[in-house]
Amino acid sequence: MSEQILFKVTIDNITIEVPAGTTILQAARLVGGQVAPPAMCYYSKLQGSGGKCRTCLVEVSKGSEKDPRPMPKLVASCRTTVMDGMEVKNITSEKVVDARAGVVEFLLLNHPLDCPICDQAGECHLQDLSFEHGKADTRYEFQRRTFKKHDLGKNIQLHMTRCILCYRCVFTADQLTNKRVHGILDRGDHSEIATHIEKSLDNEFIGNVIDVCPVGALTDKTFRFKNRVWFLKPMDAHRDCPTCAGRVTLWNRGDEVYRVTARKDQWGEIEDTPDGKTGWICNTCRFDKKETTDWIIEGPREISRQSVIAQGHYSGNIGTTKPHETFEAVNGGRQPHLLMDIHDESEVNMPSVHLGQIHGPSHGDTFNNTNKA
Amino acid sequence: MQALTNKAQAVNREPMTFWERLYLINIIKGMFITFSHMFKKQPTIHYPEQKREFSPVFRGLHVLNRDEEGRERCTACGLCAVACPAEAITMEAAERVAGEEGLYREEKYAAKYEINMLRCIFCGLCEEACPKDAIYLSETFAPANFTRKGFIYGKTDLLIPNPKTEASALAMAKGVEA
Repeated sequence: MSEQILFKVTIDNITIEVPAGTTILQAARLVGGQVAPPAMCYYSKLQGSGGKCRTCLVEVSKGSEKDPRPMPKLVASCRTTVMDGMEVKNITSEKVVDARAGVVEFLLLNHPLDCPICDQAGECHLQDLSFEHGKADTRYEFQRRTFKKHDLGKNIQLHMTRCILCYRCVFTADQLTNKRVHGILDRGDHSEIATHIEKSLDNEFIGNVIDVCPVGALTDKTFRFKNRVWFLKPMDAHRDCPTCAGRVTLWNRGDEVYRVTARKDQWGEIEDTPDGKTGWICNTCRFDKKETTDWIIEGPREISRQSVIAQGHYSGNIGTTKPHETFEAVNGGRQPHLLMDIHDESEVNMPSVHLGQIHGPSHGDTFNNTNKA
Repeated sequence: MQALTNKAQAVNREPMTFWERLYLINIIKGMFITFSHMFKKQPTIHYPEQKREFSPVFRGLHVLNRDEEGRERCTACGLCAVACPAEAITMEAAERVAGEEGLYREEKYAAKYEINMLRCIFCGLCEEACPKDAIYLSETFAPANFTRKGFIYGKTDLLIPNPKTEASALAMAKGVEA
């Protein structure tokens, strides 16, 4: 085996050695933390992705050991490979911080900012990006672009107004399915994700476009408006699936499975399975297996404590087993006298309504047909 | 033993004198204090007939707001519930179907919205969290009750009257101003 050539690269004054051919973004991710530039379009598991959103711009203050001139402009770190002795400035460069705020402003020009309605809110990369790198105000005073609602089959909901044209879903369809039926139509301001003539996406692996979408443009219709992600309980689970790895995260309320997604790592990308493949999951796992009995639950999923999803969740195995009732034990089997059972009064989370079993979003009569006793 | 403070006083155990045993002087002294209050300003009010004015920042019972056209503003985004330190707010979201555009402002709405007034601490964080101007704390408080039932306030209890169809009820709820 030939010796791997290692390049020394300094990012934000932290020096690491990476193999030749690594991109600056990948090298920065090896350092981790704040040093890693944000990425909206680049997805390490998808070949050819990146270079479109410009959020990962960095300043190269020294090209390499042999040619120490700085690069004249900010470069997209996801598409620029490292050179030996390269010096990169990410958050230590004022130019980068300023440029990134500008990029966020551009990305938000046509974004409807309907986060209160959007199912992606709480795990949206654009939300995180604009919170961390954006400005508080908009200077845009014109009509935002709008699109007619397209229907991409019974499981995937497309909200084109929220799309930032990252092309991740296009690459996903290209690389996971044998025939891509959706893509970007038109050019410039008019470009939109569409199937040209109303077609449904029904490949067995097409559901992964929901996971790769950095914003709420592609969302799970079976989870639509069911609940906010931060009120759900993420659990690692797996099942013996003939088509995919079957390693997923279940999003539960109580014992009900509301949503199934692939497991995502700290960069928001789908985790690898133990055998080194990317853990894409099939549509059957994602949309049809909404029973707890379908899954073998491994335990609660670790969520970064900076995330809103982590609110009200405890680390470890707390909440995964039913707490032991002490009252009966110390009172000789006598049940506690409840002054009020909340389910007698409350119409929220009614035991007779199983939202996880409903395919689409719930409507007003979902809750009204089952009147409380 | 040294006293902690210099306020300790030794109890006088001497037998009482004749005047002291009569108690008369002390009774007159005490009654003087009692009756002097008849001529002072009353600190209390007769509550149900008279009511105190609330301070302008008083945080009372919640209302769910409607817009000018009478559509519900709440979109069930859950920010009030996540902001609530007492975990008093719960809701169920639903999708607006065709024909309901006049009822709900956005594509998603709260089919059920409940505030458990037994848990609520009236901190007003829900009002601050709301991105849609949908929830406000009004200037009344929850009426008392002997049972716990009836303290789960649903949408029928919280929504303000529709300004289009129930204008008079809304004016009454706001308090008639000249």
